[in-house]
Amino acid sequence: MAADTETLDTVQSVTQSGYKWGFETDIEMDIAPKGLNEDIIRLISSRKQEPEWMLAWRLKAFAAWQAMQEPQWARVEHPPIDYQELHYYAAPKKKSDGPKSLDEVDPALLAMYEKLGIPLKERAILAGVDPDSVENRQVAVDAVFDSVSVATTFQETLRKAGVIFCPISEAIREYPDLVQQYLGTVVPVGDNFFAALNSAVFTDGSFVFIPRGVRCPMELSTYFRINTRNTGQFERTLIIAEERSYVSYLEGCTAPQRDENQLHAAVVELVAMDDAQIKYSTVQNWYPGDAEGKGGIYNFVTKRGACRGARSKISWTQVETGSAITWKYPSCVLQGEDSVGEFYSVAVTNSHQQADTGTKMIHVGRGSRSTIVSKGISAGKSNNTYRGLVRMLPGAANARNYTQCDSLLIGDQCGAHTVPYIESRNPTAKVEHEATTSKIAEDQLFYCRQRGLSEEDAVGLIVNGFCKDVLKELPMEFAVEAQKLLAVSLEGSVG
Amino acid sequence: MSTGAAGFLERYDSVLNALPGDSALRAAAADAFRTVGLPGGTRGRPIEAWKYTSLRALAETKFHRDAAPRHEAETILANLPLLDAPRIVFVDGVLRADLSVMLAPSVMPGAGPASTPSSAFSVARFADQADFGTLTWPDREPMVALNTMLAEDGAILHVPAGHDAGIVQLISIATSDADFHPRHTIRLGENARLALVEIAAGQGAYLLNTVAEIHVADGAALTHVRLQNEAAMAFHVSTTYADVQAGGTYDSFTLNIGARLCRTEVHAQLSGAGAAAHLNAAQLLVGSQHGDFTSVVSHTAPNCQSRQTVKNVLAGRSRGVFQGRIEVARGAQKTDGYQMNQALLLSPHAEIDTKPELEIFADDVKCSHGATVGELDADQMFYLRSRGVPEAEARAILVRAFLTEALDAVTDETIRAWLENAVAGWWEKLAA
Repeated sequence: MAADTETLDTVQSVTQSGYKWGFETDIEMDIAPKGLNEDIIRLISSRKQEPEWMLAWRLKAFAAWQAMQEPQWARVEHPPIDYQELHYYAAPKKKSDGPKSLDEVDPALLAMYEKLGIPLKERAILAGVDPDSVENRQVAVDAVFDSVSVATTFQETLRKAGVIFCPISEAIREYPDLVQQYLGTVVPVGDNFFAALNSAVFTDGSFVFIPRGVRCPMELSTYFRINTRNTGQFERTLIIAEERSYVSYLEGCTAPQRDENQLHAAVVELVAMDDAQIKYSTVQNWYPGDAEGKGGIYNFVTKRGACRGARSKISWTQVETGSAITWKYPSCVLQGEDSVGEFYSVAVTNSHQQADTGTKMIHVGRGSRSTIVSKGISAGKSNNTYRGLVRMLPGAANARNYTQCDSLLIGDQCGAHTVPYIESRNPTAKVEHEATTSKIAEDQLFYCRQRGLSEEDAVGLIVNGFCKDVLKELPMEFAVEAQKLLAVSLEGSVG
Repeated sequence: MSTGAAGFLERYDSVLNALPGDSALRAAAADAFRTVGLPGGTRGRPIEAWKYTSLRALAETKFHRDAAPRHEAETILANLPLLDAPRIVFVDGVLRADLSVMLAPSVMPGAGPASTPSSAFSVARFADQADFGTLTWPDREPMVALNTMLAEDGAILHVPAGHDAGIVQLISIATSDADFHPRHTIRLGENARLALVEIAAGQGAYLLNTVAEIHVADGAALTHVRLQNEAAMAFHVSTTYADVQAGGTYDSFTLNIGARLCRTEVHAQLSGAGAAAHLNAAQLLVGSQHGDFTSVVSHTAPNCQSRQTVKNVLAGRSRGVFQGRIEVARGAQKTDGYQMNQALLLSPHAEIDTKPELEIFADDVKCSHGATVGELDADQMFYLRSRGVPEAEARAILVRAFLTEALDAVTDETIRAWLENAVAGWWEKLAA
């Protein structure tokens, strides 16, 4: 009961304050000069004390990137990005040799994460859940601030289980063989313009390795924060789940409120072996820009999972409420026999936001299955596009796909678009696709209003119902946060 | 002479002074074509609208402009499933009055017996009064640019306000290994009605690249049925633009059976309140045929309705393509758009690529699309087989049932029966 009231209060406070994560933290930073060239890449590599092969890999990516052009096919518009005007490395200045434990982390940083509601103290858990009601709902967090990982919690507990969860820069030093074996095998260095850029300049991110037969004892989480002005954030995540292992991974992000746009180009690679399962959940809440469309994050992200093993499963769940521009297609390459790919997405755009997001399901293996559920909500003057590909290769006998894309329009100044591609080269493969576009039904609104809900609350309720199929896929902590975010994101779109 | 885009441009340079109509428009189209080239050819950037259809084979084929006809147009015509209705016949892209029948003598001097000289419609020749209309986008669609560059003949069909012209057949016969670029205009006055039946057939390795501009005025209704049964080595590209005014209806059905490569592109714009468009199609492909049905429905006025059912039946190594976009402009409130496309793969080597798109800028709309891909339903097969129906027959029954939904949209019974015959003929040939 008390928790309910508290939740309501939180929602209220959040709803009234707009983007509440827009503050800036004043921390002494170590920043590389603006611009992108081989020297900057060498600098990043040396700051990270990387082995020679890693530098060579980065330089190869940089060479590939220089020969590439920014993709034009997405339904997004933005002024040209000057890649030489960005800082490619920014890290909080270290007091000595870097924090050995949480106690040594800069208190200003800890305070910032506290303010964001991200618990970097072990034993603490995310807001919105009564700690006594849920047993062992512990979440290990890797916090990435601008370009570097500042703290990773619960490392000890995880190590005991055999799980490796650490910043990728550390993994490159500590577990070079593992990283070398998998890095770039799902998203090659020259995969696309933004992936190539990321491969050249990524500074940190998370590395997860779940050994054979291990069920990761807790949820793993990375929290991304862009702070410094004129920096690009390029993080790289690599998750490997060996045979019969399981992991649930959460990702969250915020950035200060600024007038200029900031670039975020991440790459996430997932590898699932026989009978392994990876559940990857994202609540993306980068600063979306103000009501006039000024500022905000350009979120150009490449996420791809390889279901390499038989009966492996990769599930993407995303709630996209932030960013000025979202360009993101979490995909699955279903190589293993009877492997499973899932994509559950809610994308909300308001004001002048633009989202072009969706998924690719590439069916290679016999009996592979995939499900796509996408809910797009556009309000204000925004544009929201679902773009997806389902491809059945000749070997994908008896493969199956089901896709549902629904769009909801709030107001007559926004746009909702659906662009699915379906390609099948196997007669025994079955593909089904459905898409609808509509507005909030008058009778539903009337029903809620008649029972005393304000129009804004009624819309919130209906939108939450519209997204239910996706929200229920989120881990509980995230589901609560996501519902709040939906309300905030749609604020001011009604009436 | 060169092949591909260069060949067509050379031809344009050599004949441009002899071409009828607006030469500036042709020059602009030639410029556009020069920039873009043939989709899938070696030049230019990939074009999204041609993602799944490459015209490389077309670009590599040599067309002989002045080749003597190798086949008898009369024989080919005699073997066509003609309806008992007026017909306008084009042979190798040129209107043949002697083969056209039942038209008023005033519009068609020297034509056959004018048994129904009617004022219900009139026909003029593009060659005499070139009408490029206003609907096309030569700068956007490369094959339309090519047509605009080289069009020499075509039919300009007009149904005056309030008249019902019944059925009129528009027939294209190809007899030589050349390329033809007919240009048609169809105008329906207010509350006029017309059922236009188009048949395309021929013999040889030719290119038919037709552009039609269709104007449907307030309250008018055009039924447009097309049977494409070109020669096995032919290329068939057809682009139709239809503009439908308030309360008007454009109801089309396309059956693609023939040609080595076929691309049917329809752009229907609902520009008056309460207008409706039905763009239905079926493609039946075997061997290494490639069939592409691409449609764009633009809702630019409120209260309009669009319906689409497109079916692909693919055997052998054939490849079917469906691209369908529903666009709803800001202000086109109360739009009702529906689109269904289904593909049946009858062989392990067939391929289907489909891209149904929604692009919506108005909130009070109801738009949906659905797509399915798969083989014949095993349960349904079992049901029929267990009742003693031989396998081939069971398959035929199920394929016919699959196509029924699209064919049912054709309301004119004569025309529907005629289409069903064509489907049956295709199936018999496949089974043989």
